[in-house]
Amino acid sequence: MPTMFEKIWDRHVVAEGPGGQSLLYIDRHLLHEGATHAFARLGKAGRSVRRPAGLVATADHYVPTGPGSEARANDEIRGMVEGLQRSTREQGVTLFGPGDPRQGIVHIIGPEQGLTQPGIALVCGDSHTATHGAFGALAFGIGSTEVEHVLATQCLWQKKPKVMRIRVTGARPAGVTAKDVILAIIARIGAAGGVGHVIEYAGPAIAAMSMEERMTVCNMSIEAGARAGMIAPDATTFAYVEGRPYAPKGAQWDTALEYWKTLPSDPDAAFDREVELDAAGITPTVTWGTSPQDALPITGNVPDPARESDPARRRAVGRALDYMGLRPGMALTDIVVDRVFIGSCTNSRIEDLRAAAAVAKGRRAVVRAWVVPGSGLIKRAAEAEGLHEIFTAAGFEWREPGCSMCIGMNGDTAREHERVASTSNRNFEGRQGKGARTHLMSPAMAAAAAVTGRLTDVRTLSPSPP
Amino acid sequence: MIPFTTLTAAAVPMDLPNIDTDRVIPARFLRKPREAGYQRFFFHDVRFNADGSENGDFILNQAPYREAKILVTAENFGCGSSREGAVWALMDHGIRCVVGPSFGDIFFENCFKNGVLALVLPGASAAAIRRQLQERPGATISVDLERQTLTAPDGALHRFEVDPFRKQALLRGQDEIALTMEYEQAILAHESRRAAEMPWLT
Repeated sequence: MPTMFEKIWDRHVVAEGPGGQSLLYIDRHLLHEGATHAFARLGKAGRSVRRPAGLVATADHYVPTGPGSEARANDEIRGMVEGLQRSTREQGVTLFGPGDPRQGIVHIIGPEQGLTQPGIALVCGDSHTATHGAFGALAFGIGSTEVEHVLATQCLWQKKPKVMRIRVTGARPAGVTAKDVILAIIARIGAAGGVGHVIEYAGPAIAAMSMEERMTVCNMSIEAGARAGMIAPDATTFAYVEGRPYAPKGAQWDTALEYWKTLPSDPDAAFDREVELDAAGITPTVTWGTSPQDALPITGNVPDPARESDPARRRAVGRALDYMGLRPGMALTDIVVDRVFIGSCTNSRIEDLRAAAAVAKGRRAVVRAWVVPGSGLIKRAAEAEGLHEIFTAAGFEWREPGCSMCIGMNGDTAREHERVASTSNRNFEGRQGKGARTHLMSPAMAAAAAVTGRLTDVRTLSPSPP
Repeated sequence: MIPFTTLTAAAVPMDLPNIDTDRVIPARFLRKPREAGYQRFFFHDVRFNADGSENGDFILNQAPYREAKILVTAENFGCGSSREGAVWALMDHGIRCVVGPSFGDIFFENCFKNGVLALVLPGASAAAIRRQLQERPGATISVDLERQTLTAPDGALHRFEVDPFRKQALLRGQDEIALTMEYEQAILAHESRRAAEMPWLT
């Protein structure tokens, strides 16, 4: 009767430590430029990497994504990429660096290369590591000290979290994407709803999703407060993994498959908390405030702080509206945007680009709109399908892979008070640049905002011209 | 890591829920070398005006709270990004203890790895303490980790729970990697079992 989480957890416990923590073995550790700090401390302490084969690194947070990028001109930004190149070379760690077609956002390239597999324990110094849980893996983000600890020992001390199951029943209506599902979940349970928990997403609406859609859902678990999100592996999962460069081959594939099929939670498994949501009731969703829980159907209106009964909530809403420059009660579709960003580990995979291109096709962006593919391989695949031509013909900028405007560490930022329709994961104050205003939404909705210049219900656009 | 045993210090209240780590330290500072100190980056974009001068409205810039070593927060403080720079900025500013009803899971862990005590109290208790700190700016709080007690400005004693592993690590200022290395035999045994059971994993 164990849950999927418990099965994977138990398999990775090396030892029970003092005071109720467990020493967990880590199968895969993914690295990006942020690991530079951890490598520096490791070197200073005279320690080395325990198992270089368990690591794969990529450059994503600080790489330039276009001509004239600050990332090329700024010594500090360039230094972060060079630091990763140096550390990985010295320690014998595989790096998908600049110029390598496999380079891309760390949470995109793990699954793409077959590094992400069911049943493994995977960590990365990035909170969106939950993405990999879409494969039925235990995957969570860690801090810099923990990165150093895994580099040195391949293990991590962890307190066993609780498990919450979120069942999404029914079927998604037309025009409703995986992004809308996860935004609706976060709005429902709140940004702190999953604190101390691992979330298992289940139910027919989840099972019906493609791997890319499942990754979008698991990706934003941290926005619901949960360090990890997971989905039971099934035929969709196995078909996605098979044949990828790091996936098991031949007889080992069969052995692995046999094991992976034992991973789903037992039918009578007990969860610490259960939540249920009907997919049929979800509409295309956007955020209006500065927390991902500030999400509403696009058909709705900006909340009015005066109508909030709880004083703390009233202050929080008031402050968010002030930062966002919005009037209480205004229709969400009256919000005029300055820029559009299609990209990030949440929504930069090929299906996301296809969805955005389907809206952009034959139309014209009226504001500056960027498309940043998640990896070099996705960029190639999109170009082979001609998506880049659709985007450029519609006036969108087709850029190089990286985290880009989701976090702006490479200098790709919006200016103060610029309003961005974004497919990324965080609408925090200052996230996309000091004073920048972010509205989160799906790739199709972001493309719709690009061609109308305002937040738009993609379902109301007339069918795309041929 | 610097040990944490007891602390009596001025405390600063922050009422907003869901204060994320992007706000605690904007991303553009994460490329700065650790050795140079992170104190100036702490809440940088709300603490300083565009010209670099202090924003007098922000609570950390107000006289009675400037020297605070304890931060009393609302729900879900430190949510969002895993950036440990948030804790480095906080501790370089002088904060050694963060009190609140709940914390972002990764931020919570990062605190303990750096000798900062993240102390969980029920929401009503945390709110009452924040109110006392607003009514009496500069009031102090006492924390005793060994006894797991916090004394509020009004003298009330609050008992708090802390995981025994984290408590011992903090009391001793333990090097966790050194501790783990004592488990080398168990790690080796796990690795050989893993190689036999899951040979497809390199």
